[in-house]
Amino acid sequence: MAVRAGYALALLLAVVVLNFTLIHIAPGDIADTIAGDMGGATEEVMAQIRADYGLDKSFAVQLGIYLGNVVRLDFGYSFFFNTPVTSLIAERLPATLLLVFTAQIFALVIGVILGVISARRPDGLLSHFVTLLALFGYSAPVFWTGIMLLIGLSLMLPLFPVAGMIDVTLIDAPLWRQYLSVAHHLFLPALTLASIFLALYSRLCRASMLEVLGADYIRTARAKGLSERDTVYRHALKNSLGPVVTLAGLQFSAVVSGAVLVETVFSWPGLGTLALQSILARDTPTILGILFFSALVVIVGNLLTDLVLRLIDPRIRAGGG
Amino acid sequence: MMKRFVAASSALAMAVALQAGAAFADDGAKRGGTLIWAVQNTPRHLNPAVQSGIATGEPGNQLFAAPLRYDEDWTPQPYLAESWNTSADGLTVTLNLVKGATFHDGTPITSSDVAFSIRTVQENHPFKTMFAPVDSVETPDDHTAVIKLSKPHPALLLAMSSQLLPIIPEHVYGDGQDPKTHPANSENVVGSGPFKLVEFKRDQHIILERNDDFFIEGRPYLDKVVMRIIKDGAARTIALENGEAHLSGFEQNPRDINRLKKASGVTATSDGVAYAAIGPIAWLAFNTASDGPTGNKKVRQAIAYAVDRDFVNKAIMLGTSTPALTGIHPGSPFYEPNVETYDLDLDKANALLDEAGYPRGGDGTRFKLMVDYGWAGIKAQAEYIKPQLKKVGIDVEIRSSPDFPTWAKRVGGHDFEMTWDVVFNWGDPVIGVHRTYSSSNIKKGVIWSNTQSYANPRVDELMEMAGSETDPAKRKALYSEFQKIIAEDVPVYHTYALPYHTVYSDKIGNPPVGIWATVSPLDRVYLK
Repeated sequence: MAVRAGYALALLLAVVVLNFTLIHIAPGDIADTIAGDMGGATEEVMAQIRADYGLDKSFAVQLGIYLGNVVRLDFGYSFFFNTPVTSLIAERLPATLLLVFTAQIFALVIGVILGVISARRPDGLLSHFVTLLALFGYSAPVFWTGIMLLIGLSLMLPLFPVAGMIDVTLIDAPLWRQYLSVAHHLFLPALTLASIFLALYSRLCRASMLEVLGADYIRTARAKGLSERDTVYRHALKNSLGPVVTLAGLQFSAVVSGAVLVETVFSWPGLGTLALQSILARDTPTILGILFFSALVVIVGNLLTDLVLRLIDPRIRAGGG
Repeated sequence: MMKRFVAASSALAMAVALQAGAAFADDGAKRGGTLIWAVQNTPRHLNPAVQSGIATGEPGNQLFAAPLRYDEDWTPQPYLAESWNTSADGLTVTLNLVKGATFHDGTPITSSDVAFSIRTVQENHPFKTMFAPVDSVETPDDHTAVIKLSKPHPALLLAMSSQLLPIIPEHVYGDGQDPKTHPANSENVVGSGPFKLVEFKRDQHIILERNDDFFIEGRPYLDKVVMRIIKDGAARTIALENGEAHLSGFEQNPRDINRLKKASGVTATSDGVAYAAIGPIAWLAFNTASDGPTGNKKVRQAIAYAVDRDFVNKAIMLGTSTPALTGIHPGSPFYEPNVETYDLDLDKANALLDEAGYPRGGDGTRFKLMVDYGWAGIKAQAEYIKPQLKKVGIDVEIRSSPDFPTWAKRVGGHDFEMTWDVVFNWGDPVIGVHRTYSSSNIKKGVIWSNTQSYANPRVDELMEMAGSETDPAKRKALYSEFQKIIAEDVPVYHTYALPYHTVYSDKIGNPPVGIWATVSPLDRVYLK
């Protein structure tokens, strides 16, 4: 465990240094963006902005100051939003976590169900349908899927709201109404984000189920007279979940980066929208803060995956780690 | 959700009507209701005194009032100043403030707040030319502000509208903190405008409520304004179509506009002088100081003849935009349409290029030229000129920039030959036009300065004179000559005024469609 924590720290340091360098290399800086945002500025105003934010210092000095602050858990002040980065991120992190975890759960549950169904009748109509759906979900660009869902389920059939996270007119309504509204707003973005991974999980689950269903112990289970349901769901499924959960863990970073696109399409007020905006604005402290916390989310996600794997697979528990 | 909202708001409207006893105002307006306004961007903060731009302007105009307002055309109307006059020599402008006006915290608005606001804008706003000639602001009594100028400054009146001179409270912002990063710019905003801030959540919404003590009796008509931040154009269009939002300004995507024009229950308009004070013009800019072909006036004229302005307006902008022939917006009183228009003429273009000393080579090519563009919305324009200029033997290479700062760095640093660009007039030519052509504003590293490095002494002189000419007719004549010379020299080839549209639901009365459109106070807007 200590070794893992060490790796995690090294990874975080690499994330910060590498990204600081990359952003520094990118042409243009916050003064250019602020000038653009304001419809023009004078030389003096731009020099003033650069001095205010310490951009007139050398790269090494800037990096040193930043690292020193991060060690003290001070992520600095957003040049663009005039707010401390930590409070900007604290405002957005819950929305992203909600979206990412809901999408993962959607993708896993639906993916596994579809995988099991199609594994039981590999040549059935349903199985082909699942394959087709999976292929479609995986190959369609996620923003396109999002816009199509919006046109279908918000415009033509107005079941879901277009944008945002909550109906703002409910600001004084009881809490349960607000929760309901968030769930209502969450459905389309979560489904959109899940659509990519759903495909992966269902395909993998199908393959792994097919393999397991041919194994000796399944034949044994059937021979001792266990019902088909028990055989499939208690014996086969449990053993075929391993690869799916492993993949889900590996995909965690992809889900977080997919969230950037989905959040933009649905105006979901999470880290993704903030990330895009701050990259376009060259708002260095905000970008670095977001990347730091995203790395943290991915690391935690991977640790959770390990824990789940231990739960479902006794061999890993026995192996120690 | 929609039904629930309608039910809630009509119940609210009824309650208000019962309370006020059929509250109909003089212009047929009705009191009450919540306006849902879709906006495109999260503002950096809400104080237009220290932050220019549309994102801050839309909420900022609701929170802060200004001395003057321009609801429809270019005629100034009383707002916080009930009357004003300029002395005969043009060096003194006196404002007589409305009596009894208060800030949102109840403190009276006085002439010293006006003086403080002018000073704050002078020191912190990026548009330095707005108040540059202001020497001092005298405050003989609480309701009189006397602005002393070093030279006549006809742009002053427009610079006193609420987008450019919000009156901010001295007792809040005068506490010694830097006004650019003052906490009251985003939270607990103490304004002077028709609406008060309830909540500002970045990337989500800005909620405003009626200022019951607003200094204009009976206004605003709306009880609440909910500004929903929806960045994605497609999502915003759907929200306007299905009635989730009542209003949106600055819509400029031709496809979305044409779609909204066909939608029922919704109007998309840019008629008349709408957005003329913003004055957004798209053009092809040349590096006139280049050692390459663009340094040659004949080459620039040839390119102007070869690029078809008509095609850009009709095919690329799908007929939504207005052709712009000069650097002054077609909706401005100073616009001069009688200039060289460079209607498509490939023969003339070829002849000019021959004259300029660039004969066609063996493969028909005269020279290579690079064109830049800075954002996706103008990519088609950049791509269009490649095959178009090929017809006259110019081999165009398109250089794209991944994002705005990259492009700004290149063009601001004079590292370009031609670029597509959009620049705003910001009302008076002194504020947003001079900067592009004035030789004293060739400032390397500053985007939207004179990045063309264009220098013509007569043009400098004309701008200098027009900037302080108080007689409107003489001023117009000076700007007319200015526009003719620019058209002749072609430091930039002007193509169109951006098709900014206000989109509003049939439920809205008095929609904001004047020269400032949605960056103006919405105290007259009501829900039917």
